[in-house]
Amino acid sequence: MTVAPYERLARLSWPRVVFVGLVAAFAVLTIPTLVDKHSWTGVTISVAVTAILAYVYLTPKRIAARFLVPGTILLLAFQVYPVAYTITTAFTDYGDGHRLSQSQAVAQIEADSVLEQPGAQRYELSVATKTTDTPGAFVFFLTDPNGKVERGDASGLTPVPDSQVTKDQFTGKVTAAVGWHILTGIQVNGLGQRLSAFAVPTSGGFIKSVGLSEAYIGQFTMKYDAAAHTMTDTRTNTVYKASGGEFKAADGSGKTLPIGWKVGVGFKNFTSVLTNATIRGPFLRVLIWTIAFAILSVLTTFALGLLLAVVMDHPRMRGRKLYSSLLLLPYAMPAFITTLVWSSMYNKDFGLLNKLFGTHIDWLGSPWAARGSVLLTNLWLGFPYMFLVCAGLLQAVPQELKEVARVDGASAFRVFRSVTMPTVLIGAMPLLIASFGYNFNNFNLIRLLTDGGPYPSGSSTAGDTDILISYTYRLAFGGQGAQYGLASAISFLIFVLVGLILYGGFRQTRQLEEVYAR
Amino acid sequence: MTTAAVAVVAAALSLTGCSSSASKSAAGSTSSSSTPSASSSSSSAAAAPSSSSSAPPVRDPNTDLVIWTDAQRAPVLQQFAQSFAAANGISVSVQPVATDLQSAYVTATAAGKGPDIVVGATDWIGNLVQNGAIAPLPLTAAQKGSFQTTALSAVTYNGQVYGVPYATENLALITNTGQAPANPATFEDMVANGQAAVKAGKDSEALAMQIGQQGDPYTAQPLLGSAGGFIFGTKADGSYDPAQVGVDNAGSKAFAAQLAKYGEKGQNVFKRSIDANNAVSLFTSGKAPYLISGPWALEQIRKAGLKYAISPVPGFAGMGPSQPFVGVQAFYVSAKAKNTAIAQEFTLNYLTKKDVEEALYKVDPRAPALTEAYDDVSKTDPDIAAFQAAAAHGVVLPQIPAMSAVWGPLGIAEAAIVGGADPNTSMTNAATQIKAAIAKG
Repeated sequence: MTVAPYERLARLSWPRVVFVGLVAAFAVLTIPTLVDKHSWTGVTISVAVTAILAYVYLTPKRIAARFLVPGTILLLAFQVYPVAYTITTAFTDYGDGHRLSQSQAVAQIEADSVLEQPGAQRYELSVATKTTDTPGAFVFFLTDPNGKVERGDASGLTPVPDSQVTKDQFTGKVTAAVGWHILTGIQVNGLGQRLSAFAVPTSGGFIKSVGLSEAYIGQFTMKYDAAAHTMTDTRTNTVYKASGGEFKAADGSGKTLPIGWKVGVGFKNFTSVLTNATIRGPFLRVLIWTIAFAILSVLTTFALGLLLAVVMDHPRMRGRKLYSSLLLLPYAMPAFITTLVWSSMYNKDFGLLNKLFGTHIDWLGSPWAARGSVLLTNLWLGFPYMFLVCAGLLQAVPQELKEVARVDGASAFRVFRSVTMPTVLIGAMPLLIASFGYNFNNFNLIRLLTDGGPYPSGSSTAGDTDILISYTYRLAFGGQGAQYGLASAISFLIFVLVGLILYGGFRQTRQLEEVYAR
Repeated sequence: MTTAAVAVVAAALSLTGCSSSASKSAAGSTSSSSTPSASSSSSSAAAAPSSSSSAPPVRDPNTDLVIWTDAQRAPVLQQFAQSFAAANGISVSVQPVATDLQSAYVTATAAGKGPDIVVGATDWIGNLVQNGAIAPLPLTAAQKGSFQTTALSAVTYNGQVYGVPYATENLALITNTGQAPANPATFEDMVANGQAAVKAGKDSEALAMQIGQQGDPYTAQPLLGSAGGFIFGTKADGSYDPAQVGVDNAGSKAFAAQLAKYGEKGQNVFKRSIDANNAVSLFTSGKAPYLISGPWALEQIRKAGLKYAISPVPGFAGMGPSQPFVGVQAFYVSAKAKNTAIAQEFTLNYLTKKDVEEALYKVDPRAPALTEAYDDVSKTDPDIAAFQAAAAHGVVLPQIPAMSAVWGPLGIAEAAIVGGADPNTSMTNAATQIKAAIAKG
C-alpha cells in the first residue's frame, strides 16, 4: 500500500518534528562557522548526522533506530572520539615546543628573528588607500626624522614632494595626501594580518609597521631554505637542519632552535615507558603501591561503613537520624577542600593532629606515615558512601532467614557471617569494584594531600605515595613542560590496565553470585 | 565489560583528560601571580582544584582589544585599558583568568581563541616563545634605555625583546623589629638573634623560610648564590646557557652543607613543615621574628600592624652576599593577536609611560620597572626601595625553557637535605636528573 507524502507527514508526531527541526537549526548555525574555518570534516559530520537523524525520525519504518541512533551518536562523540584522539596523540610528540605544524613553526621562527637595524631611524607612519574601501590595497606614507616623506609599497620606496601632503606639525605624520585616503587608527588595525604581513623592501632590509603610527627598518636574521629544509642564521651563518620535529645545528654542536613542530613518533612514547630508566625504575614500586592503596582504601572504607551501618541497624539504636546525618557530613563537604584541610592538619610542627595528641609524627615527611595519612584521609572521605550503601543493603536481608537461623541456634556472629554478609556482599560487589577502579586513579587525593611526597633523595619523579596517575602526570607535565604525546601513551596504558582489572573483578562477581544463588 | 566498568574507565579517561588541561601548574614555573615561589611547589595543590572545576577561558568575541591577566590585577588594568580605549575609539576587555593563566593562554592561542595581550612573569617567556604564542616587541632604543637593566634583560630572550616590563620583584629579609634586631650582618647572626628570641619565649621559630615537603628553590636562591652556587651558567652575551648546570658545583655543595647544618637534624632552623601556606602567617602572628619573602607579602604584613624592617637576605659568614632571583612582570603581545596594531600601540606607547607604571604600582605595590617611575615611587615608599636594595646582587630569574627541568629535582634535593639526607649525593643526584631532563627535551 502506498501512502502519499503529505499523508505521511501528517502522521508525524509533534515532538519528532520539533526535534528534527532543532537538529537542523543547530546544523544551520554551526556549518557557516565550520566552513569559515575550512573544517571540511566538521561540515561532513554535521551534514551526515543531521541527515541520519532526519531520515530516522521522519520515516515511519525505523522505529528501533529512533531509540538507538541518538545514543550511538553521543557514544561516538563523547566516548569513542576522545579515546581515538588520545590514541592518535600517543603516536606524536605533541607538547610544549612541538605544538605547531612545520610551516607554522618556520613562519614563527622567521618572524621572531626580525631585528631592527642597529641605529636605524624610525618613521612616522600613515597607512593610505586609493579609495575609501579598506579591503583594497594599501600603501605606507613614511615621514623620516628630518621630515622627508616617502611612499612605500610592495615594490619599494617613492619620494613624495611636500606639496602633495599635509603633515602633523608636531610629529610630522602625514594627515592628508593628494589622491590618497588616509586610514584612521581603527581602520589600520582592521587590516589585521594583511598589515602584519606587509613590508616595504629597502636596501638591506624592509620597513614594517609597529603599533598604529610608527614604522621601523628591520631585517630577518633567520632564512628558511624550503628545498633543503634548512634554516640559516645570517649573523653567524650557522645552518640548522630540520630533523625530528625541530631544527638542529648542522655543525653537530647540538644547538636547536626553540620552536619545533609536531611530528609522528611511532611507538616511541610507548617504548620509552618501558625502556627509559627514569620511568621504568620506579614504575613497579608505584604500581604495587597503587594496587595496595586501591585495595586498602576499598577495604577500610567498606569495613567502617558496614560496621556503622550494622550498629545503626540495631533495633535498640536511638537517635538514628541524628547519627546518620553526622556520619554523612564528610560526604557533604567538597573533597577538594577537605583534602587540603587534612593536608594542613598533618603538618609536623604546626598541624592539628600532632598538637592535639602531643605527638611528633612526621606525617607527610616519612614514607610509611605519609602512606598511612593517605589511607586515613581516604577513609574519612570514603566511609560515608559505604555506610549509605550498606545501610540500604541491610534492608534487603530477608528477616525470615535471620529468624530461622536464630531458631536453629546460630549465634549473632554466625547469623551475620552466613546470612547478612553474603547478601550485602552480592549487592555491594559491583560497587566495591567500581570503587577500586576509582581509587586506582584517585588523582585528586594524592595531588592535594601529599603531591606524591615524600620523595626519596635523588628521585624527583616518583614519590613514596605516588599512584600511577599522579606519577605519570608528573612525568608528562613536570620535567620538560607539557608532553601530551607521552601523557596520552601512558593514559592509554592505564586505560588498558584498569579495564583488565575491572573485567577480572566483574567475572569474579558473577561467579560469586552463582555460588550464593544456589 | 559491563556498563559499570565502562563508566569507571570513562571516569579514568576523563581524569587523565582533565589533568592535561591543568598541565603547567605542576611544571613548577614560578610567578604565576602574586607569589612566585608558591606555584613552584606547595601551592600547586591550591591550583589544581579550580583548574579542574572551571572551564577554560575563551576570548571575549565582542571587543577590539582583549587582555588576559590574573584575577588580582584585572580591575586596575581595566581602568587603564579603558582610558586608552576611549582615546582611540575602541572597545577593550580585560579578562581575569583565575588559575593557570600561562597554560590556558598557550592552549587558547593555539586554538585561535586567545587574547591580544597577556600579562605574566618573565620566566614564562621561554615556554611562550617555543610554542609560538608571543611575538617580539620592537621597542625603540630610547624605550629600552628607560627601563632598569635587569628588567630589560629579563624580557630579552634569544636577543629579542618579547615584553614590556612593568614591575620587578625579589626576595628580602623582613624583620619583626619588636622581636629581633633588623639587618643582621650574616646569616649566622640572624639565626643567633632568632634563636635568642625563641629562648626568650618571644617566638616559636627562629626564621620563617618556606621549604615544604618538595623544597622551594626560588626561596633558597639568595642563599645558594651566597655560597657561590648557581643554577645555570651564562653565555658570553650574558644570557643563560642550559648546557652549564651549576647545581653540583662546589658553591652549590657548600650551600647544601649549610642546609644540612641548619636542617631538621641540625639546628632545626630550616623545616619542611614551613611552606608557602604558613610562612607569612608565622611571621604576622608573631611566632617568627624573621621572614624571607617578597613584595607580595607586604599587604598581609602591613595589615598585621607590627613593626617591621626590610633588608637584604644576609649571606653566610665568610661567603658572598645573597643573590635573590629578580623576576619581572610584563605585558606580551600574542603572536596570533587579532588586533596586532592596537595591541602594539597599547603596550609600546602607552604602558611605557611613567604615569601608567606609577598607577599600576599603587594597586600592586611592586617596584616599577621604568627607572623614572621607580625613582618617584621609591621616594615615598621606603619598602619598595628596601626591596630594590635587597636585589643589589640579584640574578635574573631564568626565562629559558630548561628552567622547568630544575624546580622539581632541586627542590626535592633541598627538602631531602633539610630532612637529613646526605648533602653531597643529593645535589649530585639533582644535577644528574636536571641534565638528563634537559638532554631529553
